[in-house]
Amino acid sequence: MSALSDQLVTFSILAYLVAMVVHAVEYALGNARVRIAPPARELVGAGVGAANGAGSRPEPTVRAATAAQRTAAQRTAARARAAGLGAVAVTVVAALLHLGALIARGVAADRMPWGNMYEFVLTVSFIGVASWFVVLWKRPTLRRLGLFLTLVMVLLVATAELLLYTPIVPLVPALNSYWFIIHVATIVFSSGIFLLGVVPACAYLMRAGYEQGRRSFPYLLAKRMPAAAALERLTFVLHAFSFPIFTFAVIAGAIWAEAAWGRAWGWDPKETWAFISWVVYAGYLHARATPSVKRNVATWLAILGFLTVLMNLFGVNLFFEGLHSYGGLD
Amino acid sequence: MTVTDDRPAPPAETPRRRPNPVLALLRNSWRQLTSMRTALVLLFLLAIAAIPGSVLPQRGVNPEDVRDYFVAYPDLAPVLDRLGAFDAFGSVWFSAIYLLLFTSLVGCITPRLREHIRALRSKPPVAPKRLDRLPQHTVFAAPAGGVTAIAATLRRQRWRVEVRGDEVSAEKGYLKETGNLLFHASLVVVLIGVALGSWYGWSGNRILVAGADNAFCNTQQQYAETSFGPQVASADLPRFCLQLDDFEARFLESNGQPEFFNAKVTVDENGGTPRPAEFSVNSPLRLDGANVYLLGHGYAPVVRYTDRFGRSQTSPNPFLTTGDIGLTGEGLAAFPDANVDPATGERDPELQMAFSGLYLPTAPQQAPFVRSEFPTERNPLLNLAAYRGNLGLDAGIPGSVYELDQRQVDAGRVKEVGTKLLQVGEVWTLDDGTTLEFLGTEPYIVLSVRHDPGSTLLLVSSGTLLLGLMGSLFGRRRRVFFRVRPADPAGESSTLGSSLVEAGGLPRADHPGFADEFTRLVAAVSGDGRQVDPDGPAGARVGAE
Repeated sequence: MSALSDQLVTFSILAYLVAMVVHAVEYALGNARVRIAPPARELVGAGVGAANGAGSRPEPTVRAATAAQRTAAQRTAARARAAGLGAVAVTVVAALLHLGALIARGVAADRMPWGNMYEFVLTVSFIGVASWFVVLWKRPTLRRLGLFLTLVMVLLVATAELLLYTPIVPLVPALNSYWFIIHVATIVFSSGIFLLGVVPACAYLMRAGYEQGRRSFPYLLAKRMPAAAALERLTFVLHAFSFPIFTFAVIAGAIWAEAAWGRAWGWDPKETWAFISWVVYAGYLHARATPSVKRNVATWLAILGFLTVLMNLFGVNLFFEGLHSYGGLD
Repeated sequence: MTVTDDRPAPPAETPRRRPNPVLALLRNSWRQLTSMRTALVLLFLLAIAAIPGSVLPQRGVNPEDVRDYFVAYPDLAPVLDRLGAFDAFGSVWFSAIYLLLFTSLVGCITPRLREHIRALRSKPPVAPKRLDRLPQHTVFAAPAGGVTAIAATLRRQRWRVEVRGDEVSAEKGYLKETGNLLFHASLVVVLIGVALGSWYGWSGNRILVAGADNAFCNTQQQYAETSFGPQVASADLPRFCLQLDDFEARFLESNGQPEFFNAKVTVDENGGTPRPAEFSVNSPLRLDGANVYLLGHGYAPVVRYTDRFGRSQTSPNPFLTTGDIGLTGEGLAAFPDANVDPATGERDPELQMAFSGLYLPTAPQQAPFVRSEFPTERNPLLNLAAYRGNLGLDAGIPGSVYELDQRQVDAGRVKEVGTKLLQVGEVWTLDDGTTLEFLGTEPYIVLSVRHDPGSTLLLVSSGTLLLGLMGSLFGRRRRVFFRVRPADPAGESSTLGSSLVEAGGLPRADHPGFADEFTRLVAAVSGDGRQVDPDGPAGARVGAE
């Protein structure tokens, strides 16, 4: 079972990689809706043709050229769409492999697969991709974000596989409590959505710059991204959804800490960084609600918030010594 | 403070001739402090100020690390210490930030609370004259029943409704501001809970060796280290006694990782009859006025020293675990009262004895015997060095009972007189004919006994905080207005059947789904009514469901 899980992880990385490439193809094929001539112009063209029908015939070369252009554009658009849908399909396959790896790992360990940093990163990234499907289902027009999402997935899962891999061991007694499921599940879930939230946040910053007429390096990437306002809205929705869950997770952690260590809050490094993340995300929601604060300043706070989550996940496990030392790496 | 900033703008002040500059400064500072921007800056500062506390060792978390830091950075550490960096979360700068933040918070929510209560008590406002200026607007044929029917439909959908003549005003989503205020008020209560805990709470740590002889009662002197809140006196401690009867630990065969701990104790509370109890990691022993937490465990080798006069002393000596998975223990068995001449009763400080070294529950087959291979006692071995001389225990200088006073060794007042590996039952005869026998071991546990009177308040306020947060994030305040008017603009002979209803909707917060909600609401209100194009004759039906 353990070996199966490891293999599935490898396959899911490959599948995410393929999905990323297919998303890139979609991206390269361009924005279909912009390329196709708008229907109004077609009508006008037809009208002109009919009016001229009796007298001078319209130049066939021009007509042929526009028709060819149109069919070519349509074909490209169809290809782009097919590529996009294909990319989503491959992402689904990758996510299923990913889920399979988690289940196999859980079965092999006979517990929830959240016992160390490797398993934690795998679960968080799975939550991220699963929530992505929910977003995609609700807002299909945001599909192009999949390029960045699959990039993040490849990076995270590969980091887990290459750097954080830990063989299966049972839980230490301190973790053996129902609070383990409550606290860790909510932390994993909220982190997964924060992870997903950072994708539209970054895309928004690039797209907003693009819409303001900037054409230098990072902004130009956003040429074919969804509209800035939609990205910003999605960023907010994801964070507003995730923040209460994260808050609950921290409270659950405090209740557990009271039972396990005798104090609800002790400024252990992990607790300190959870506090920092909480404050930064609260700052993001606060800033977004403050009319005098610009939206891109607020969005930077969301990205900063995710950096603190990453710091808590990797930095605290690797650099600091504390009670939350379950990284599994020596 | 969160999410909305729809406070009404302060009323334009009548220009005064000469404002008192001190008052003006105070008023402006207060306004500045309670502004949302300032709150944001303070939040950000709070996050930054928390970083040093995670990077530098903290006295409250790990005092040994702070000592090590002083040794490693002798120049830097005192400077940092003066800045409060080793007690970052109690330092002046950290406190200043959060106190300012909470002042800002209270200053921000108090007027909003007043405003909100007023809004809750007041009726939905009068409909604006031009409903077509609102973000949502439509016109439809009036339903049978007119204003009354519209109001009834709205009430069923839990709108707050006010009917004024042929106008209906309705408002919904007060939960947003209620939640918002609840969230911020809960934050203040959380802070009060923390303050209660630190003023009236106390805690003490100690080691408890198994056996009736080693039981302890809850007094301040019985703890190795204590931390008392400023409002707690030693006499306030609840009365109970605790005796460790048995300690069970299970480990994984493959790598020695712990799997299960359980401590069986006898508790004697308030002088009542002793009762048995059990506790473990994650499930503390909850007593009246104190909780007992299991923080660690180890072995206390029991040794018997027989001195030159044939008198023997037996003592269990908890050997502190060194942090490895095999539970290697490091400790000291001291006999300061050894070799007292029974004839004269005089004690020769030069003949005090101490044995310092390691205890290995599962010693390896070959040397070096410094690291245990497994946490249970499969091949128990004591690796000791004997010391004779003045142990320095009489000098009155506080020292650890778990290690030899190195100053006495360095000064040559204590000398090593041999080393030995001892298995259970073995007797070591020293150069002066005295003996040390390794009798066996007793388990010991590391306990933390704590009382935090703020914990219930913390729990409750965390719950309300979460509720308020969800209300403020997911609640949406919005208003709708309906005005019944005659279909004929001249309006001389209007009956209900020929009336039109003009409807307008105003979301008071960011609410992208409001258009849909408005359409559905209009459909529900209009019943069989037909939507009327504001500029023309009756048109398509609205929102057929």
